[in-house]
Amino acid sequence: MSERETAHKTTRPEPTQDEDVDVAVASASTEQLDADVDAILDEIDDVLETNAAEFVQGFVQKGGQ
Amino acid sequence: MSVRRVMGTEIEYGIAVPGHPNVNAMVLSSQVVTAYALESRAPVGARWDYEEEHPLRDARGFDLDRAAVDPAALTDEDPALANVILTNGARLYVDHAHPEFSTPEVMRPIDAVLWDKAGERIMARAAARASSMPGAQPINIYKNNTDNKGASYGSHENYLLSRATPFEDVVAGIIPFFVTRQVFCGAGRVGIGQDGRGSGFQLSQRADFIEAEVGLETTLKRPLVNTRDEPHADPAEYRRFHVIVGDANLSELATLLKIGTTSLVLAMIEAGWALDHLRVVDPVTEVRAVSHDPTLGHRLRLLDGRRLTAVELQQEYLEASRKFVADTYGAEVDPDTEDILVRWEDVLRRLADRPEDLAGELDWVAKLQLLEGYRRRDGLDWDHPTLALVDLQYSDVRVDKGLYHRLVAAGRMRTLLADSAVERAMTVPPEDTRAWFRGECLRRYADSIRAASWDSVVFELKGRTSLTRVPTLDPFRGTRLHVEQLLDDCATAEDLVAALEG
Repeated sequence: MSERETAHKTTRPEPTQDEDVDVAVASASTEQLDADVDAILDEIDDVLETNAAEFVQGFVQKGGQ
Repeated sequence: MSVRRVMGTEIEYGIAVPGHPNVNAMVLSSQVVTAYALESRAPVGARWDYEEEHPLRDARGFDLDRAAVDPAALTDEDPALANVILTNGARLYVDHAHPEFSTPEVMRPIDAVLWDKAGERIMARAAARASSMPGAQPINIYKNNTDNKGASYGSHENYLLSRATPFEDVVAGIIPFFVTRQVFCGAGRVGIGQDGRGSGFQLSQRADFIEAEVGLETTLKRPLVNTRDEPHADPAEYRRFHVIVGDANLSELATLLKIGTTSLVLAMIEAGWALDHLRVVDPVTEVRAVSHDPTLGHRLRLLDGRRLTAVELQQEYLEASRKFVADTYGAEVDPDTEDILVRWEDVLRRLADRPEDLAGELDWVAKLQLLEGYRRRDGLDWDHPTLALVDLQYSDVRVDKGLYHRLVAAGRMRTLLADSAVERAMTVPPEDTRAWFRGECLRRYADSIRAASWDSVVFELKGRTSLTRVPTLDPFRGTRLHVEQLLDDCATAEDLVAALEG
């Protein structure tokens, strides 16, 4: 550690062990969030109307207020 | 003055038969309304009383010539279309090829959410009923505001104001608020531009359809501030502020904040609090610019030279509201007002920090989370039809198909109202406005009522050849407290009218 501190006399913060852990935790929670959202997407897949293009094109409304 | 005032919402719903885009929406909407009227045994004979409707009266002090306007503005002229009043004091009817639900008048923001939600359920039940009739096709109903092909339909709010408040003050004070409140009450939309052909996601369903700052129109050249002057109350005392810029919300918190914050800002304007420092340059351009930046980074240009984000501008309104409430009420602030201030502050803080954290509470954030999920999982571009479908189906009112409802069922979207309360509000009116008198008359004397409106109940009585119109001009009279005893004492409509005349 001390070698790095001598070699890099800049104001830029050195990567520390704690930050490595932070980055690892951040990716894990992004993965967790994605998996979490994927779970609800699976449920929604089951109820989503089939043939999206046709369904959406067929949804035509008259203007209202 | 606080968040409490006479108010309500009127929502036009999207309506469609899957696979049949050319269906006659007016006929379909009538079928839906009639189906519910039959099921709820609302007297189909009890029609809307149009006598006091003045849709062409402008708050700036003149009446438009009937011959000169777009026929769509003549909202007092469609007696042939289905139009019923319900025992909860609400109006269920057909307006411009859409089924529409107007809540009864309420006093509290949470009650506006409750009866608005009841209206959603009524629409769902009505459509289910109409769809199940012999020979009928499935009818889908959507609580949204556009077909992404150029058509837009409204979710309107109404707030009773004192006539003493100069209308120019309302305009100046509320415009920047309307430009920016979409950060918490935008419903989200896939597609940019009126016809939705631009690719991408935006905060608001209505922003692209706003084309003017102030005006009377509601079906084209839609303004930020609508000047319709039809108070349905004593015009010397009251003004009904008719708001057309809002999105249809499914999220109960979004609806609560939309109504509660707007009511509070209006209270400040009525009290003469200075909001000039919040005015923006070119509000019509800004309302779209805010909508088109879901990262919430866009900085609006204010008249005084400052550049604030929409969230920051909302925070200024919040600060002003806090000072106003502290100054006006001190420790005596009512719980509804305190609740709105607390929730408003919480949402704005979280929007400034991590908007994605609000996926369980705000419509646009919930919708965006689903959309980004599909984009990531299936590698979709913004113009992929699945994303447009997710946007549309989010607002399907069916509990088993609507994506908002699936999120609630999965415990991923928070609600404020008990199921039993919503169910009850489908038939029971609010107790603290004239809606109580209207709804209760309809329940108790159904066979004797020929018509009703916001400011009247019209009876057909035995022994009289002409109809008897009982005016209900004061929105504050006719509450349960005022008239329950009277109604309990009058077994028949004849008794009631005799008592009122005597």
